[in-house]
Amino acid sequence: MIARLFAGVSPRAAILLAVLLAAFLAAPWIVNDYLLTVLIIILYFAYAGQAWNIMMGFAGQLSLGHAIYLGLGGYVAAMLFTQFGIAPWLGLVAAIPVAAACGAIIGFLAFRFGVTGVYFAILTIAFAEFARIGFDNWGYVNASSGLFLPVKQYVHNDLWRLRGSPAMFYYVILAATALVFALCHFLLRSRVGYFWLAIREDELAARAAGINTFRYKMIAVMVSASVTSFAGVFYAFFYNNLFPEQVFSISRSIEIILGPIIGGIGTLFGPILGAFVLTGLAEALRSAMTAFGVDLPGATQVFYGLCLLVVIVALPDGVWPPLARRLGVGKGGK
Amino acid sequence: MASLRVRGGSVPLDVYLNVAVGGVLTGLVYGLMALGLSVIFGVVRVVNFAHGEMMTIAMFLAVVLCGDLHLDPLILLVPIAAVLFAFGYVLQRGLINLFVTRPEHTQFLLLVALAIIITNVLLIVFGPDARSVQTSYGYASFQIGALIVDAAKVYAGAAAIVFAAALFAFFRYTLLGKAIRACADNHTGALVVGLDVKRLYALTFGLGAACVGAAGTMMVLLIDATPMLGPSYTLLAFVIVITGGLGSMPGALLGGVLIGVTEAVAGLLFTPSLKSMFAFAILVLVLLFRPQGLLGKRLA
Repeated sequence: MIARLFAGVSPRAAILLAVLLAAFLAAPWIVNDYLLTVLIIILYFAYAGQAWNIMMGFAGQLSLGHAIYLGLGGYVAAMLFTQFGIAPWLGLVAAIPVAAACGAIIGFLAFRFGVTGVYFAILTIAFAEFARIGFDNWGYVNASSGLFLPVKQYVHNDLWRLRGSPAMFYYVILAATALVFALCHFLLRSRVGYFWLAIREDELAARAAGINTFRYKMIAVMVSASVTSFAGVFYAFFYNNLFPEQVFSISRSIEIILGPIIGGIGTLFGPILGAFVLTGLAEALRSAMTAFGVDLPGATQVFYGLCLLVVIVALPDGVWPPLARRLGVGKGGK
Repeated sequence: MASLRVRGGSVPLDVYLNVAVGGVLTGLVYGLMALGLSVIFGVVRVVNFAHGEMMTIAMFLAVVLCGDLHLDPLILLVPIAAVLFAFGYVLQRGLINLFVTRPEHTQFLLLVALAIIITNVLLIVFGPDARSVQTSYGYASFQIGALIVDAAKVYAGAAAIVFAAALFAFFRYTLLGKAIRACADNHTGALVVGLDVKRLYALTFGLGAACVGAAGTMMVLLIDATPMLGPSYTLLAFVIVITGGLGSMPGALLGGVLIGVTEAVAGLLFTPSLKSMFAFAILVLVLLFRPQGLLGKRLA
């Protein structure tokens, strides 16, 4: 198993990974609270981006409605916690099937009825919007007033109930990101992964070669939805509140997928690098604005948009593939 | 009107009729907006994810010109459409044309970046507050029997029909319109017969933007302008275009009317916040059972 996990990893890539992991593990002792929070957000986007990448980067199915899995995960775990006192890790056991079932429904309808390409992307938006309006009017989950998780001063970290200091949340999301990275590495080298790549490149040819494309696309959606649901659980317990307007909104879906697209779609390092670049950029812009005393709401966002524009014009494949060639670690983490 | 909204009790039939007619007129403006999206996708094959944001540009232009120069939005219709046409033309020529052959997700990111820039520039310039226009007919209404309709809605709906008809005639009867349709039908064929496809693409994007410009100018008669309107109207345009049939011009108008009426009646029967849920429900049903849309051609 371990040997298989490291199969096909070049020595340079292994060293890079080891250095990266060591830096991440040491970070809470080095950086201040503000930077630690930024790192948590970066890892959260890296995790969620990696989850989305399974569906789009590997299997080629463009989902623009991943907020639905995020929101369902968050709501299931938060409801179980606030109503019945069930710990989030047990809540996750319930959240994963719910998100997977939702993914299965969307996938089944889309793939069975031949909804592809742009139409598929818009169908996923429609479902997420449907969920947003539904939760916004559903009294049992407090509708638009939102759900709040109890916040207390904790003397020590309660890892089981996910209540505690930023450092604890940091290690939780770091572990999750590392796990999903390993999972994706493993998937890409598995039979399923090769089938996904075949579907992404040419679905008709894949079907002609005897791949049951419907089944493998379904697997992609369900795996991606399940993995994303944990990001929702983390979001709920880290921010301690959930509003349908926020968690199911299209901007949640968009911010998840910016990282992998900027980093390099279909690559393992892309989502992580993209999350770093984008969150780093946003925070740097915000600090710069404060430093220069510019108090113009929206100015940061304009620069952010311009930077996105420049990156997508200059590097259509994302930042990672050219960087990987430069570092000599093969083509995008392969 | 408000006093007539009896929940649980019986709502008189003429209230439904009034609301439905209002929905049809609003829907025509929605349809004109969606027509822009449909034209752009039908020819350039790029999904304009900044469509609603482009409409907010037109809305703010209308609000400012109407407020400062006391010009009626109906007079502003053509000038604002022309401004948006220029904007769309330059955008396609300078930026989007690079992305025509690139994968969908990079096009998506490009337009999302544009949408972010547009929204926040509007936010910087106009601030977050809602702005509206004052017109001489703002509170006027027409009455035909039991039917009472806002004058503003009638003018907006009529203007939308006229603008859409003009565009329809352009595509149907002019040589330039035929050339654009040729590009949409067969890209390679259009190149072979010597059409300047890049210029035609830019023209098409400009025309699509002009539709949004006209629709946005009429929209200020119906709703207040805020910089944050963009995303929900982008989504609304998708819903309408897919319902009506992507690439079908009458389909976009029909889809707009259908969604307009659905929203209006749903707002009457249920809480108004639920109304767009019905639009999305229609979208899902259409995608599954008639993916080519109500008036679209059967997909090959």
